Amino acid sequence: MPFSTLSDIQSRLDAGQTTAVAVAKTYLDRIAAFNGDLNAFVDIDPAHVLEQAEASDAYRAKHGARALEGLPIAVKDIFCTQDGPTRCCSNILKDFHAPYDAHVITRLKEAGAVLVGKTNMDEFAMGSSTETSAFGPCRNPWDLERIPGGSSGGSASAVAAALAPAALGTDTGGSIRQPASVCGITGLKPTYGRVSRRGIIAFASSLDQAGPMARTVKDAAMIAAAISGHDSMDSTSVPDAPAVDWLGACDKTDMKGLRIGKPKEYFVDGMDAGVRAAIDAALAECAALGAEIVDISLPHTDAAVAAYYVIAPSEASANLSRYDAVRFGHRCENPEDLLDMYTRSRDEGFGAEVKRRILTGTFALSSGYYDAYYIKAQQVRTLIRQDFIDAFEQVDVIATPTSPITAFKLGEKTDDPLTMYLSDIFTIAINLAGLPGMSQPCGFVEGLPVGLQWIAPAWREDLILNAASAYEAATDWVKTPINFGGEA
Amino acid sequence: MDIDVRKVAMLSRIRLTDDEAAELGPQLSNIIGYVEQLSAVNTDGVEPIAHPHDIAMPQRVDAVTNSNRRDALQASAPKTESGLYVVPKVIE
Amino acid sequence: MSWEVVIGLEVHVQVNTKTKQFCGCSTQFGAEPNTQTCPVCLGMPGQLPVLNMEAARKTVLTGLAINADINLVSKFDRKNYFYPDLPKGYQITQFPLPIVEHGYLDIPVKDGEKRIGITRIHMEEDAGKSMHEGLDGVSHIDLNRSGVPLMEIVSEPDMADADEAIAYLKQLHQLVCFLDVSGANMEKGQFRCDANVSVRRPGEPLGTRAELKNLNSFRFIKQAIEYEVNRQIELIEDGGEVVQETRLFDSAKGESRSMRGKEEAHDYRYFPEPDLPPLRFTQAEVDAIRAGMPELPGQLRKRFETEYGLSPYDADVLTQTRDLAAWYEALVAAHPADPKRCANWMANELLGRLKESGTDIAESPVSPQRLAGLLERIADNTISGKAAKDVLDAMMTSEDDADAIIDARGLKQVSDSGAIDAIIEEVMAANPAQVEGYRGGKEKLLGFFVGQVMKASRGKANPGMVNQRLKALLKG
Repeated sequence: MPFSTLSDIQSRLDAGQTTAVAVAKTYLDRIAAFNGDLNAFVDIDPAHVLEQAEASDAYRAKHGARALEGLPIAVKDIFCTQDGPTRCCSNILKDFHAPYDAHVITRLKEAGAVLVGKTNMDEFAMGSSTETSAFGPCRNPWDLERIPGGSSGGSASAVAAALAPAALGTDTGGSIRQPASVCGITGLKPTYGRVSRRGIIAFASSLDQAGPMARTVKDAAMIAAAISGHDSMDSTSVPDAPAVDWLGACDKTDMKGLRIGKPKEYFVDGMDAGVRAAIDAALAECAALGAEIVDISLPHTDAAVAAYYVIAPSEASANLSRYDAVRFGHRCENPEDLLDMYTRSRDEGFGAEVKRRILTGTFALSSGYYDAYYIKAQQVRTLIRQDFIDAFEQVDVIATPTSPITAFKLGEKTDDPLTMYLSDIFTIAINLAGLPGMSQPCGFVEGLPVGLQWIAPAWREDLILNAASAYEAATDWVKTPINFGGEA
Repeated sequence: MDIDVRKVAMLSRIRLTDDEAAELGPQLSNIIGYVEQLSAVNTDGVEPIAHPHDIAMPQRVDAVTNSNRRDALQASAPKTESGLYVVPKVIE
Repeated sequence: MSWEVVIGLEVHVQVNTKTKQFCGCSTQFGAEPNTQTCPVCLGMPGQLPVLNMEAARKTVLTGLAINADINLVSKFDRKNYFYPDLPKGYQITQFPLPIVEHGYLDIPVKDGEKRIGITRIHMEEDAGKSMHEGLDGVSHIDLNRSGVPLMEIVSEPDMADADEAIAYLKQLHQLVCFLDVSGANMEKGQFRCDANVSVRRPGEPLGTRAELKNLNSFRFIKQAIEYEVNRQIELIEDGGEVVQETRLFDSAKGESRSMRGKEEAHDYRYFPEPDLPPLRFTQAEVDAIRAGMPELPGQLRKRFETEYGLSPYDADVLTQTRDLAAWYEALVAAHPADPKRCANWMANELLGRLKESGTDIAESPVSPQRLAGLLERIADNTISGKAAKDVLDAMMTSEDDADAIIDARGLKQVSDSGAIDAIIEEVMAANPAQVEGYRGGKEKLLGFFVGQVMKASRGKANPGMVNQRLKALLKG
């Protein structure tokens, strides 16, 4: 069972072939057996998981099943939950217990889901490999010497290794899609504003979005359906977002009439040849399914990483100012005075990458530099957004590699921050433009997964689901067995 | 570009040990050096955007919805006294 | 060796909405510490602001009342600095594009009026309170006030002395009360003023300015500004230079001290608030807000002068607050024959008594209708003006109307000329020497006779009638 899809588990629960408790036990056993090798979970409370499962079975018996009744979903450590700790994998929150649930957590609870633990992540979501976590790195179950991607590496690793059938992640510059890609699973970043950000520890406010990480397109859609929707306590949550028939959009088996844009800037010389080959093959498959592949250009792609690494740290530098040891979070021992309390608590509590980003952002916003860096980056952002708007006049969706490379080795890119930043070159522009994006498995290079990225216009997740489900149905990548943790 | 990392760290209220400053300083300079490439992009007449979409401000009604949850909200506080947050003396 | 003084004022006004600027916490004053807080105004992880639209509307109303432009699109920004009473480590405010710009207030000056420009009004949130008094090495933070809606009203540097500054502030204070956008209670911190002061020789460019903070009464503001002006002039005349700095005024010592050395100059690193979209109003919405504007003090004053024939001074006194003006108009409605008498009795008699007992007009034990009843009895000569004051005193502590008190105390004055003549004749008969003296030209003796008649009548004779009849009868 562990490698079953959410959809399959749901069918079996609905048919009375299993119970939420049995399902929960299966995954709790796997977590107990294998999390030590992966460090995908940084917090797990088996008793609480079982409690939820029991409650779900009781609810089902009395009232019938809700949308995600009894289905276990792992939660990235960035989502505030009243049960258990919420630490964003940072020492500055090492003892923090949130007195509130994130809005999406409430929605999952209302749908009857069973929330499983907290998964590992880069500290404050700042990273592409989960190596900046204050609670130790996470490993890729396809190769334990390699990173699972980041920042939602723990969620990706857990799903790939079937420690949970699905998980929640967040994506600011690629942090759902890139881990999904290097771990061989499916991850969706919804349109900005589709899902409430309330209760999600903020990294970059105009870029962050929560989304599902799962084994299949349909599984991702099931979760997206439950967590999407307006939240009056998030002013950036859109009240009249165009509706999507999440599940209905997953029934496509062909791509007739679909125009797929292939942006030349995402298919450059010097790309990993294996990744290139896998993506080309995927596009050929799409053509075989009836799609028209159209060459397009997104001319400002090259500037996206630079724009992101001004905007995201700038917003983050302000979002992380609240960790000042006054009302919650780590406070240093015996502060001499107020300044000492601030500076030493934050030095002790934040890791190096977080410090780098705060300093970068503070610098970019500071007097004398604001116009040249922050304003300039937001202007480039306008241009990037316009690139996509223009492209979508010619095509329905855009397809690219999610990551230029497959999973690299732990420690391989930690010496030079810039090298790590470039892991996100194909995912970042989508956040800047606020568009929906999905990564799904499309092949392997030397046993390591490759991800295909789909991009659609704002609010058109249905187009992504159409294309991705057709591609998934025509290929078998999601069924590729993983040489880890046995097969059920 | 040579960046005064200690000044930036002070603005950010983060203490840097000498070792940290020695390491972070050049890294910060490299990052800023990297993002310098933005200056090569022609942005004449381009409006900067702070939000990816044009959305309307929600119209919150002026009615009290919150009640006293002080104990729960102060449960994670480093130091309190009689419901007040305690910090080292603030010098005016 | 003349000097010009340049003063600009920044006033932070708490908006009197029920809830805070960005969350549904109560704004009630005086609650136990931190009992009016929530994850949003505590800046807890993952929490997001949602704007109080009523506060936005009240800000627009204020802007309309100062004849300013309303920016139909305005934006929010983050102002970044670290302080224990600022939970997020940034304040949500409006920087480049505020909701209100380019207004003015006309203030009374020695010979007429002066127009003081108001550069802008923007919306922002208040910080919490830090307390240090009597605490050893620590400060205590109460965040009930964190997030309360503020309007920051920034004037042009158009004021030339402390008196103009005070006139401006009083006008502004009255305006926000009239508009019911703020309680503006200075002791409760609902109306807080910072002053920017500089000096220069006539014709020279603007001097360096110092910012004065911690000014929480009109008296202290005047003191502080005058002290600062003198300080700067003396400094320059001694060959020194004014430094741009913030100074705290110590009202006990009557001097200010620099806050320099606390920390280096702030770099607020303003940038657009990503958690809030732009604030938009349609012209129709602004027009609807304007339609709901009450009569403003200036309009009311002029109307009272023309409609009721009041002096500018009386009109000013009776339009100090909307409550006073409404009370006066209710009084006139009950005693329409003589608005000036109404004004006189309300301003000089009633208000004086209320002030003594520290009572607000809204809590006056005497209603407009009851006072009108008293004025009627003065108008129809039932009692003298002097007796009326006694009646009013009695009305302050009883619920009886004028007639009941007049009867109970036998205050009806005697106005019957026959009765008065009788008393006069008795007095004249008893004082023949004075009669002769009066008739002989000593007109001042009239006062003696008036006194005697009043004494003989135990104060009840109608003084006007007494005067009239005395003159007639003394003439002989």
